[in-house]
Amino acid sequence: MNPRSRIVAGLALGWPIVVFIALWMAAFATSSGASPSGDPSNQPLIQPDELVKILQSPKADKPLLFQVGFYSLYAQAHIPGSQYLGPTAKPDALDRLRKRVEKLPRGKFIVLYCGCCPWSHCPNISPAYEALKSMSFTNVKLLYIPGNFGADWVNKGYPVTQGD
Amino acid sequence: MSNKARWIVLAVFAAALVLYLAAHFRAARGTSGSEAHELAPEFSLTDLSGQKLDLASHKGKVVLLDFWATWCKPCREEIPHFADLQNKYAAQGFQVIGISMDDSPEPVVEFYREFKMNYPVAVGDAKLGERYGGVLGLPVTFLIGRDGRIYHRHIGAMDVLVIEKEINTLLQAR
Repeated sequence: MNPRSRIVAGLALGWPIVVFIALWMAAFATSSGASPSGDPSNQPLIQPDELVKILQSPKADKPLLFQVGFYSLYAQAHIPGSQYLGPTAKPDALDRLRKRVEKLPRGKFIVLYCGCCPWSHCPNISPAYEALKSMSFTNVKLLYIPGNFGADWVNKGYPVTQGD
Repeated sequence: MSNKARWIVLAVFAAALVLYLAAHFRAARGTSGSEAHELAPEFSLTDLSGQKLDLASHKGKVVLLDFWATWCKPCREEIPHFADLQNKYAAQGFQVIGISMDDSPEPVVEFYREFKMNYPVAVGDAKLGERYGGVLGLPVTFLIGRDGRIYHRHIGAMDVLVIEKEINTLLQAR
C-alpha cells in the first residue's frame, strides 16, 4: 500500500471513530449537571457515598437529616431516619425548620437534602442552609444531588424507605 | 502500517461500530413499535375547577402529562411553552394535562390563574407518582400516544423544540 492509499484508508477507517467519540462526548456533556445556582465549591457539601458510610458506620456521629423537598417525593422514597420539612423555598417550611432546630446545640451535625430537581435549579437547599447559617449552626452539610433524588440516590442503590 | 497495527485499528473500529449501532437501534426502538411501550396508568382526579380529570377520556389523543410544582423553576419555565403547544395542536388531537406535586392545592390555584394556564391541572400524590415509575424529581414529562402508550419520558426540563418534534411524530401516527 502506497503512502497516499494508507492516508485514504486511515481516513476511511478513522472518521466513524471520530464521529463516535464526538457523539459519546456530546451525550456525556448533555447528561451532566450544569453550573449550580449555589456554587458547590463554596458550599459545605457531603457526597452521597460519604453520607452512606456515616449512616452505616456504628461508630460515626449520626446527623439529623432533613428532607426539604416536596411531600410526595418524601412519601415515595426518602433516606431512612430523615425528617420531612417541606419545600423550604416557601416560608412555612422555613419556619418549620427554624422551630425544629431552635433548641438544638449550634454544633449539631445536620444534613439537608432535597433532590427535587437539578442542583442548579433547586430552590429549597439554599434557603434552608441560609436559615441555619443565620441561626449560627456550624456543622451543616448539604447532600450533593446533582440531578434528582431518583437518579442520584435511589437508582444507585443507596438506602431508602417509603411512607411517612 | 504493520499487520498488527492494522488489526488493532480494525478491532477498535469494529468495537466502536458495534457500540454505535447498538445505541442507535436501542434509540430507534424507543420511538417505534407500540408493543414496546407501556400503557400509561389510568387515573381519575378532580381538577382545579372541580371537573373530573381522567386519562381514559383523552384516549385517541396525544397527551403530554406534566408532573410539576409551583416552586420548581424549570417547571415554571416550561409551562408557558406547554400552553402554547396546547393552543397550537389542540385541533389535531393534542392535550396537555398538568399534575402538580405541590403539597397543597392553594398555591396551585393561584399559579394557575397567574400563568393563565389553558389546560387541566390536578394535584397528584405519591401513589400516582409510583404508578408512573416514581416521580423522584421534577419536572417529569410523559408523552402518551393516541393508543394510550407512553412513548417518551423526560426527567428534567426539556428543550421545547425536542418535545414539539416528538408531539408531531405522535400526532402523525394514526
